[in-house]
Amino acid sequence: MAPKKVSVFRHEHFNAAHRLYNPAWSFEKNDAVFGKCNNPSFHGHNYELIVKVTGVPDASTGYVIDLKELSDLIKREVHERFDHKNLNLDTAEFKELNPTAEHIAIVIHDLLRPHIDADKELQIRLYETPRNFVEYPA
Amino acid sequence: MVYLTRLEHFNAAHKLYNPNWSAEQNELVFGKCANENWHGHNYELFVTIKGEVNRDTGFLFDVKKLSELMKIHILEKLDHKNLNIDVDFMQGQMCSTENLAKAIWEQLSAHLPAEVNLHCIKLYETPRIYVEYFGD
Repeated sequence: MAPKKVSVFRHEHFNAAHRLYNPAWSFEKNDAVFGKCNNPSFHGHNYELIVKVTGVPDASTGYVIDLKELSDLIKREVHERFDHKNLNLDTAEFKELNPTAEHIAIVIHDLLRPHIDADKELQIRLYETPRNFVEYPA
Repeated sequence: MVYLTRLEHFNAAHKLYNPNWSAEQNELVFGKCANENWHGHNYELFVTIKGEVNRDTGFLFDVKKLSELMKIHILEKLDHKNLNIDVDFMQGQMCSTENLAKAIWEQLSAHLPAEVNLHCIKLYETPRIYVEYFGD
């Protein structure tokens, strides 16, 4: 029987304050492009994070990845950095990077990727609100 | 008696921090929520009114008007704002979900017509945490 790939998912959540702002632009241009998201005193979101890992289940365990280990990894790499934080002020990752949902998804992917076996695919889905979400890799 | 609910949403930054306490005591009581640089939420707001149905319209109250009142008096003041800094009606108060629900009641009830009674403000701070305020 040919190896069959399966995707497994872990759903986590965190909340944070942020502001969308490009320091290379004037306040007026930031306001024109980012609107209310450019509020200088910040706003915030409940982020919902879905981490998808795809691969062939291990012959011995039947697992693609131990979901408890994935949960612990997300807590260590994502929650401890971002939960109840100001993404612009409190995190090294967004000191120079605008904390849009797109960028947050890429950053989370790159934080988790080294800790997941290379033969497994990793995809991040990040909800910024119940109605706005992004996926990376596309 | 009929109950009618309108759901709106907004997002905002806040922190739970009592300025009369030391940083250590705030940290002890509020934990991560006391982060001095703020954190934030997507809030979901359910406003429920109650009353009798108007014979001519079949309405308790025009829900479009309720939506406009919520937009003018609540959402424009709270959405994409810092609750501690930007919101006039939260000045001098702890920005907890409990206090915010009570403040929303006060803001809204002043603008409803006499024949429409506010029944409940239900406010979700996260998908798993919400408060209800019935005005008493």
